[in-house]
Amino acid sequence: MNIIVCIKQVPDTTNVRIDPETNTLVRSGVQSIVNPFDMYAIEEGVRLKEKFGGAVTIVTMGPPQAEEALREAISLGADEAVLISDRAFAGSDTWATSYTLSRAIQKIGKFDIIICGKQAIDGDTAQVGPGIAAFLDIPQITFVKKIEDIKDSFMRAERMTEEGYDIVESPLPCLITVVKEINEPRLPSLKGKLRAKKAEIRKLEAKDLDADPDSLGLKGSPTKVVKIFTPSPRKGGQILEGEAKDVCEKLVELLKTEIL
Amino acid sequence: MSIKVINEKCVGCKLCVKTCPFGAIEVVNKKAVIDLHRCTLCGACIESCKFDAIVLTKISPTDIPFPKKFDEYKGVWVFCEQKKGVVQSVAYELLGKGRELADTLGVELCGVLLGENMKEEAQKVIHRGVNKVYLVDSPALKHYQDEPYSKVLIQLIKEYKPEIVLCGASSIGRSLISRVAIGIHAGLTADCTGLDIDIKERLLLQTRPAFGGNIMATIICPNHRPQMSTVRHKVMKEAIENKHHKGKIIEKSYDANVYYSRTRLLDIVEEIEETVNLTEANVIVSGGRGIQNPENFRLIEDLAKALGGAVGASRAAVDSGWKTYSHQVGQTGKTVCPKIYIACGISGQIQHLVGMQSSEIIVAINKDPHAPIFTVATYGIVGDLFEVLPELTRKFKEVLKK
Repeated sequence: MNIIVCIKQVPDTTNVRIDPETNTLVRSGVQSIVNPFDMYAIEEGVRLKEKFGGAVTIVTMGPPQAEEALREAISLGADEAVLISDRAFAGSDTWATSYTLSRAIQKIGKFDIIICGKQAIDGDTAQVGPGIAAFLDIPQITFVKKIEDIKDSFMRAERMTEEGYDIVESPLPCLITVVKEINEPRLPSLKGKLRAKKAEIRKLEAKDLDADPDSLGLKGSPTKVVKIFTPSPRKGGQILEGEAKDVCEKLVELLKTEIL
Repeated sequence: MSIKVINEKCVGCKLCVKTCPFGAIEVVNKKAVIDLHRCTLCGACIESCKFDAIVLTKISPTDIPFPKKFDEYKGVWVFCEQKKGVVQSVAYELLGKGRELADTLGVELCGVLLGENMKEEAQKVIHRGVNKVYLVDSPALKHYQDEPYSKVLIQLIKEYKPEIVLCGASSIGRSLISRVAIGIHAGLTADCTGLDIDIKERLLLQTRPAFGGNIMATIICPNHRPQMSTVRHKVMKEAIENKHHKGKIIEKSYDANVYYSRTRLLDIVEEIEETVNLTEANVIVSGGRGIQNPENFRLIEDLAKALGGAVGASRAAVDSGWKTYSHQVGQTGKTVCPKIYIACGISGQIQHLVGMQSSEIIVAINKDPHAPIFTVATYGIVGDLFEVLPELTRKFKEVLKK
């Protein structure tokens, strides 16, 4: 089974806090990490390989330093890694990103399953997974919380909804996006870390993709950012003090009009 | 867009270095240097600089040439998501906003409804002030499925050419609309919290939070039509119902190959742990590590029930197995914006805050007066939640009874 996992390197937010004065992020050396949802995608890919055989290829589009993210994925059990990097991709919106990734996947070769995290924590769009599926014209199952079974070229999976979940069956090849509930990612093994160090990372540039140059990067992106601003700061409000009984009374009084 | 540091103005104060969420700025020889590989052109550094030493050349709507004519694209559409034959509230919220946009542009507001036996629901959509409802009624569309829904929507858009298409940022909306945007080569902006019109250029100004709500971006789609957005729940005001409002229903049907789906929906499972959907709730009561054990969640549930609200949980509570993942609020869970969010025993790590900080009123109950949750709370109670919660539930019940 050929499994492709698409990942993204994002800024780590765990050691970031918000400055209450300016309401901006205060960072002390923000590092880049693999997008948390993609960690579940990598783990699911590796588990499928362990169960059904085959290989896991990790794909990322990003700056040259995104190679670190690929090496991390290899330390977790992935077999191959492809870095799609070129200045021509800069400024891609989700349309251009989906297009570029789909072109690269076609270059990489035959696949049975593509796995993506449900969304990246920096942009939060959740659009690139379905976008890749649309460009490749393959079926998709989004927000997968469990793969129930894969048999006779069909996958049965549970797709999370607001009320619970749907059970959906799809022929292979297909694309799934996964949520946190699907698994618990493993830690890298020593052997994996050594392998990651030595692994060769395949690099693809714009010229390698047989892509329409007008569909790449900022030029190929239908959406354009015209303004960026920090939202008006949310200030801490009133601290209610006193005995439990009194503060509750105060709070109920304050919220009364809202709940009635 | 491009960004640069004006060396003559830069004093090397490092304010921008501290502000940059992406770690893209370094001070080398007392001058700020921006790593363009890491920079996302978010502009946070520009606001932080006290010396106006960083400039971002922005694209303004008027700078963009309009090679294409879009005169044939007219009207504002709202995709009216239905589940079990009932149009979801997010659609009515979008119709509220859609009416405003349509009136500003001087065009029609239309609903798009896909499902089985949906005539009555189509009428209800009309009562929310639309001029037309495009209705595609077929057993194949009874439940949401990615392929038939996206193919039908693509057909409708190609035939009737709306200039704007809005859709809820629900699990259905997010799966569907990305496929549609690719299919018709349209621009799509996810999870908008603000929509406006630049009337001179007839452009939709789409504002959305990025990087967990710490940065807002306004996005346009100058050279493609329609302009498409998904919009979060509870951000827009519902269109008011008017049973006398008249509108047209335009019924369409398509060939079997349009309805054909490679995926099959085998079952719909509802986890009825509670009756209120987290993303649609007006009130959410959430518990975190301070709740201490799963049994104590009953205190949260009691208060939520008294207020007719939903139960949320922090990542700590979910990871401890006290609540299922579907209750998780925050970066790796759900983003919510209810009218009232009550955080109990939640310290307020940034990963939690990004999932709830756009709530209208935030109440925090925590015994640690320095907990970061208090920096975003409208009302804070520093105290023992095991004392406060039962008392609060009792008081609310009293008031609500009257």
